[in-house]
Amino acid sequence: MTTDEPAIDVRGLRKTYGPHEAVRGIDFSVAVGEVFGLLGPNGAGKTTTVEILEGYRDRTAGTVSVLGEDPQLRSTALRQRVGIVLQSCGMYRHITVREALTHWSRFYPHPRDVDEVIAVAGLTQKQDERTRKLSGGQLRRLDFALALVGDPELIFLDEPTTGFDPAARRAAWETIRSLKELGKTVLLTTHYLDEAQELADRVAIIKDGGILAIGSPAELGVQGISRYQVTYVDAAGTAVAEETDDPTHLLHRLTAAAIDRGETLNELSVTRPSLEDVYLELTADV
Amino acid sequence: MSDQLSLLWRQYRLERRMFWRNPSAAFFNFLLPLLFLAVFGVIFANNHKDLEIVLPAVAAMSVMSTTFTALAMNITFLREQGVLKRMRGTPISTGTYLGGVGLNAVTNTAIQIVFVVLAGRLVFGIGWPPDPVQLILFTFAGVICLASLGVALSHVIPNFDSAPAIVNAVFLPVVFVSGVSLDTKHSPAFAKDLAQVLPVGHVVTGLKGGMVAHSGGLGDHLSALAVIAAWTVLGIFFAVRGFSWESARS
Repeated sequence: MTTDEPAIDVRGLRKTYGPHEAVRGIDFSVAVGEVFGLLGPNGAGKTTTVEILEGYRDRTAGTVSVLGEDPQLRSTALRQRVGIVLQSCGMYRHITVREALTHWSRFYPHPRDVDEVIAVAGLTQKQDERTRKLSGGQLRRLDFALALVGDPELIFLDEPTTGFDPAARRAAWETIRSLKELGKTVLLTTHYLDEAQELADRVAIIKDGGILAIGSPAELGVQGISRYQVTYVDAAGTAVAEETDDPTHLLHRLTAAAIDRGETLNELSVTRPSLEDVYLELTADV
Repeated sequence: MSDQLSLLWRQYRLERRMFWRNPSAAFFNFLLPLLFLAVFGVIFANNHKDLEIVLPAVAAMSVMSTTFTALAMNITFLREQGVLKRMRGTPISTGTYLGGVGLNAVTNTAIQIVFVVLAGRLVFGIGWPPDPVQLILFTFAGVICLASLGVALSHVIPNFDSAPAIVNAVFLPVVFVSGVSLDTKHSPAFAKDLAQVLPVGHVVTGLKGGMVAHSGGLGDHLSALAVIAAWTVLGIFFAVRGFSWESARS
């Protein structure tokens, strides 16, 4: 595989369950070494899409290539190069963290060192604990560790930090960033906008089985889908918010008028639309 | 190939370890038939004729509880917990993984048959099995048949909470009807007819042929083998056809 070839390439992907069309013809590709986010509300088709890429589901139509292979064929070679963190996934209840990782590492031709993976996942203190004694967050870290132990080139993370407390989320983000530094490709689904904004090189916003927008978080914000917001408190103490596509001129007009009146605009701020604003605007029910 | 074989061995070792660490599985799949053996053994200790029915019956019950019951529960648990789905995403092959799960069950069957045979010889004075070939053949046939039916049953169990109730709702009547706990001579006619149709009674017949002298050679039990084979075909068909890697809710 050359590095020009994308890690994931999806063209015209459709998936129907009886009369229900879960995915309605989507296209995107993910470059090698890229962190790509699929963002959307529940039921948007994120998990269906990811599970088709992971080889769990057969597609109804379209072409899909993952590391140059069709995931539907479920080749062993492909599964050796991919790590999967499913949205919710159980484990043997009586296995210890270390036993699980040692066992899983034997599925792969070139596994990472088990001790190192335990450390990366922050499970050193819990390595000899049975999984049924672990907290939800610790189990999620074990999911992470099990997906990383085979040293995959491509990692699927389906809502990896759901249910984490803020500190655990930051720690998980650090782990995901470290994967990027190692040159791994990551496909991330999330409904946390800050997570996508923080981690993803590019994001696809998906709703009702279709992609609404695709681009880097910054691009999605700037490309006029959403507008800049200028807020201030006027001399009478009233909070004012104005939206504009052209903040330069608006600011000039506002500040010039204020100076002419001999007033100041208190708490003046210009906010670039966040991914959240774009997301809410795009996914709002009309 | 050797990779898959060594993985099979490792998966089998893991399943063994997990089995012993789960006290309720160890009890229901392992100790319960042995407890039956002890209880019936004590009740019929001085009656050779009855012991010659009780021993093969407990042996058949062991086959059923270690394969049918254990796999119906275990596959349901692994599916509902999401372990099957997780495994599906790793490079381990389906055959290797399920082979490890199945061999774990068969190991329990083998250990129990050995216990029953040893108890028959050392405790109850029945003697060594006169026809070990028939004993092994019917144990093997019973294992394949009841294991496939257990896996097939797991497909219709909607969640793990209902698994013990559903499995026992099948296990207990079949055990009674098939004369595993009852003397078929004194059972009502419909129970006898039903026992002729179900596989477990035929497993008892074959095991008895292997374990007890003058209770018929393999040649006399070909129709029993045929009934077991027919259920095996059904069991494998439904076990394979209905197999799901994930819980229906997800």
